[in-house]
Amino acid sequence: MVTENAPASMYRTTEGLGVWEHKGKVAAVGIGHSPTTRRWDGTAENSMGANSIFALRQAIADAGVNPADIDGLVLDPVTTTGAHWPEGQEIPMDVVNHYNPTDDPLDGIAKLSVEWILKNMPELSNVKFTMYGPGCMSHAIVVAAQAVGEGRTHTCLVLKSWHNLEGRYNQAGISASDTVPGVFAMTPGRTLWGAPGSYGTALQFAEYCRKYGKSHDMMAPFMANSRRNGLLFPEGYWAQHRPEELTTEDYLNARWIAKPASLFDNDIPIMVSGAYLFTTAERAKDMKQKPVYIINHASSRGAQRSILPTLDEVEKETAETGRKIYEGAGITAADLSFENMYDGFSLFHQFHLEGLRFRGMQNGDALDFYQTDISIEGPDPVLPSGGNIGSGRSRFWMHTDCIQQIQGRAGARSIIGVKPEIGVSGGPMPMGGNFTVWSATPD
Amino acid sequence: MVKQGIVPDDLTKPFWDAANEGRLEIQNCSACNRLQNPPLAACSQCKSSDNLEWKVMSGKGKIYNYGVVYDCPVRLLQEDQPFNLVVITLDEDSGIQMYSHLPGTSVDDVPVGASVEVIFEKSANGQMIPEWQIVS
Repeated sequence: MVTENAPASMYRTTEGLGVWEHKGKVAAVGIGHSPTTRRWDGTAENSMGANSIFALRQAIADAGVNPADIDGLVLDPVTTTGAHWPEGQEIPMDVVNHYNPTDDPLDGIAKLSVEWILKNMPELSNVKFTMYGPGCMSHAIVVAAQAVGEGRTHTCLVLKSWHNLEGRYNQAGISASDTVPGVFAMTPGRTLWGAPGSYGTALQFAEYCRKYGKSHDMMAPFMANSRRNGLLFPEGYWAQHRPEELTTEDYLNARWIAKPASLFDNDIPIMVSGAYLFTTAERAKDMKQKPVYIINHASSRGAQRSILPTLDEVEKETAETGRKIYEGAGITAADLSFENMYDGFSLFHQFHLEGLRFRGMQNGDALDFYQTDISIEGPDPVLPSGGNIGSGRSRFWMHTDCIQQIQGRAGARSIIGVKPEIGVSGGPMPMGGNFTVWSATPD
Repeated sequence: MVKQGIVPDDLTKPFWDAANEGRLEIQNCSACNRLQNPPLAACSQCKSSDNLEWKVMSGKGKIYNYGVVYDCPVRLLQEDQPFNLVVITLDEDSGIQMYSHLPGTSVDDVPVGASVEVIFEKSANGQMIPEWQIVS
């Protein structure tokens, strides 16, 4: 079976498409997570492949589905947090051979194929539809939802896994080289100019603060709220390994990475896998968990004019994303019970919020909104998942939380100031991402 | 700050050759009359590669935005931390951006909007790199 990347036609990237043709016909019915770790310890039991199997089996069990009834699998084959297998480093063959390997010995360690999963999960004996949604879970979810909607699969697993190795983030490879290709001197991202990952977002935030008269310290309530919610997320990294509150003082005294982005404005890279089980609304009725209906997905494919997106470009793109989200779902901003847009880097979450016009906010309003009650107890919960600032970088806590909130399974993290009926999640970047609208009812 | 050396590739060689000769050249689509940076294999507007050329710039610009890098992933620059990392826009087209470490300007004392002019600095392998300084 050859697995290909999802074609562009599976993503809803433009305005004017109307209500999603499969609105309410696809439902999430199962969730699975592996334990989190900061980095791989080198053992087979804690490898990225092992985490993947764990999460998938948990999602299947959570849904109460017979594995033989599953006919679809969508995953992201790229699993790096920024750590690539060092060139020339010996691959631990005991780990490779602990599982049923593919032709690529790094499969299941530092990358992941559908073939590897199917070889190591023999219970998935009837998978006929496979596809890659490369990028992150937000991509894979969109692809799986569209595939179920189109009838290509009726019961589909969705998986995102991350590996993290020893070493400082993004400091190996070309960053350690004495020379770089010419194009690296002139392109965004990792260049000879020495920009950390959060630099671009830091600059957009700086421009935002200059334009609207805001300041970095106004982020503190948002950061404390995110960590608080994260500590109520038992599947997350901070809850499992470092159950520490983040105070305003902690945040304001943190060291800079790329000022105005500090250490805590960057989500911490971790190892973790997450999986969901999607099925048709019809089949979902008889399953173990309350179905959470997908009523739209929308994608953003913004392109900046030059090296870094300007504030104008970001605000234009996020506003368009907001309109696409609502148009395809047939709802308005007033229908959103809560939001779970991506936050890793924290300094761009306000762009997502303002693009959504969440609680009526306009450009420049979000940091003032952070000074109000944004807690899970209040009527305006911001990022009840705690996001990736609150639980480490998985880029899927937001989706899990949407499902759990609507199912009434968010435990101590449950929002109580508003009834959780419709939530939106997605990301990663304001200039490019994939977004899903979740609902307690199909219509 | 000595930056990593540059190994020009086909796409960027005209830019680097011009820098070695003390000129700032930016890719331009003559059909669209539109500059673009970074350079691409085709015009981002008309999508054609037939009309791409390299155009000499005045070397004048403005400081658009900046951050201060305290945790740099690039090994050669780590001993110079913290340092300014500035985005310059060109006077010919304010939509065209370039990076600069803004030599001669104190850390975190960057006047956004100030006028700058291009200079050329030698990188680790001798390739000249366009840099920018505030016009006094």
